[in-house]
Amino acid sequence: MNFTLKIWRQKNAKAKGKFVTYKINDISSNCSFLEMLDILNEQLVVKGEEPVAFDHDCREGICGTCSLYINGRPHGPDDAVTTCQLHMRKFKDGDTIVVEPWRAKPFPVIRDLICDRQAFDKIIQAGGFISVNTGGIPDANAILIPKEKADYSMDAAACIGCGACVAACKNASAMLFVAAKVSHLALLPQGKAEASERVQAMVSKMDELGFGNCTNTGACEAECPKQISITNIARMNREFLGAKLGAQKKRASGGGGF
Amino acid sequence: MSNIALSYSSITKKVFLAIAGLFLISFLVLHLVINLLLLSSDGGMAYTEAVHFMTTNPIIKVMEIFLFGGFALHIILGIIIQIQNWMARPVRYKVEGYSHNSFFSKYMIHTGAIIFIFLMVHFFNFYFVKLGWVSPPAGLEREDFFQMATLLFSNNFYAILYMVLMVFLAFHLNHAFQSAFQTLGLNHSKYTPAIKFIGTLYSVIVPAGFALIPAYFLFFK
Repeated sequence: MNFTLKIWRQKNAKAKGKFVTYKINDISSNCSFLEMLDILNEQLVVKGEEPVAFDHDCREGICGTCSLYINGRPHGPDDAVTTCQLHMRKFKDGDTIVVEPWRAKPFPVIRDLICDRQAFDKIIQAGGFISVNTGGIPDANAILIPKEKADYSMDAAACIGCGACVAACKNASAMLFVAAKVSHLALLPQGKAEASERVQAMVSKMDELGFGNCTNTGACEAECPKQISITNIARMNREFLGAKLGAQKKRASGGGGF
Repeated sequence: MSNIALSYSSITKKVFLAIAGLFLISFLVLHLVINLLLLSSDGGMAYTEAVHFMTTNPIIKVMEIFLFGGFALHIILGIIIQIQNWMARPVRYKVEGYSHNSFFSKYMIHTGAIIFIFLMVHFFNFYFVKLGWVSPPAGLEREDFFQMATLLFSNNFYAILYMVLMVFLAFHLNHAFQSAFQTLGLNHSKYTPAIKFIGTLYSVIVPAGFALIPAYFLFFK
């Protein structure tokens, strides 16, 4: 298959980027999108040009490293896949493919198609964890968890933190990511203990980093490679409201935890 | 006010936006019921009676303050949220928004702005006249809303404009109702489909009800 690629090239975070057009021929329809970019890069290296920088790691859809906004869609024209799982057979022979980095103020582009997604790490650091004291290994069945709750929690925990929700959202809102991280802990007894502090800390960090506000458009849910539902956003709103309205005044604590 | 609003979290702002919006939605039903009295063939008796009640009843007077507060809150928060949202993506995409999502949700600020302009016109036509800030049309009493409404709707240009505006109101409401519930965290596998259905139904019936009145004046008077 033959394609015309329009790829965003940008030397570094400060440089002014631009789209550069490349022609690529004889690509197998079974090629993955990233393999196609590998082939392009090899050709560029042979020609003595700078290869296109893009994020990738596991190449099996579980690490959340690959990104790419392809023809107006995060992770390209297929549902429930990451860019590494996208195949060239999803395009038509002779197509023009526009490849852009994620665009959001908290995700600055640092080179070509790579953007800095540390903002997500900062949100997790603000509260996306449980505080556990070290000690003996607890018995696996010591705390009973209803199967349904465990399933909902697992659905939310499927989030790989790729940032497609932010990229797809017209407001560059991170609500689906934060909601998934709040939900998978809030649904389980182990996460309940710190649920109120967690949701407030994570939402506050999300706002501080400059993500947009959710307007319930649902684009995030449509583009999420792990098909995480916006019911998680409703759950986070509920948790947040409950925490804000119901939480007692802060009192001096003996340390630890949040 | 805007400084205080900025210091609130994104979710708090949206919750206030949603509550104010739901309040305005409930007000719109009352407004429609009274407006429909214009269609009665009693020469405006029932309508004038209803207007008299709405402008003199002390409880309604108190609610009026809440109503204006609700409008102000909804508009100010809506604008702040929108500006923050624009700021969150300083560099736009070359290929914009292919993602499947709720269509009308993308244009809430635009439809909202159109409704706001109409609201201002509406104030000049009625509320400010009642307050005495704007003089009533020649030969009419300040309180004679029936004659004022009849006069406006008899103007074909105004009647058509009014009906077009109701289409935009419908677009705004179509996303508004179910979105408010989502923002308030009221999502449930049993009830959410019903909420979405009621929201869609409301967004068709209420604007259609309002549009019925100028249509009547346009085609039957």
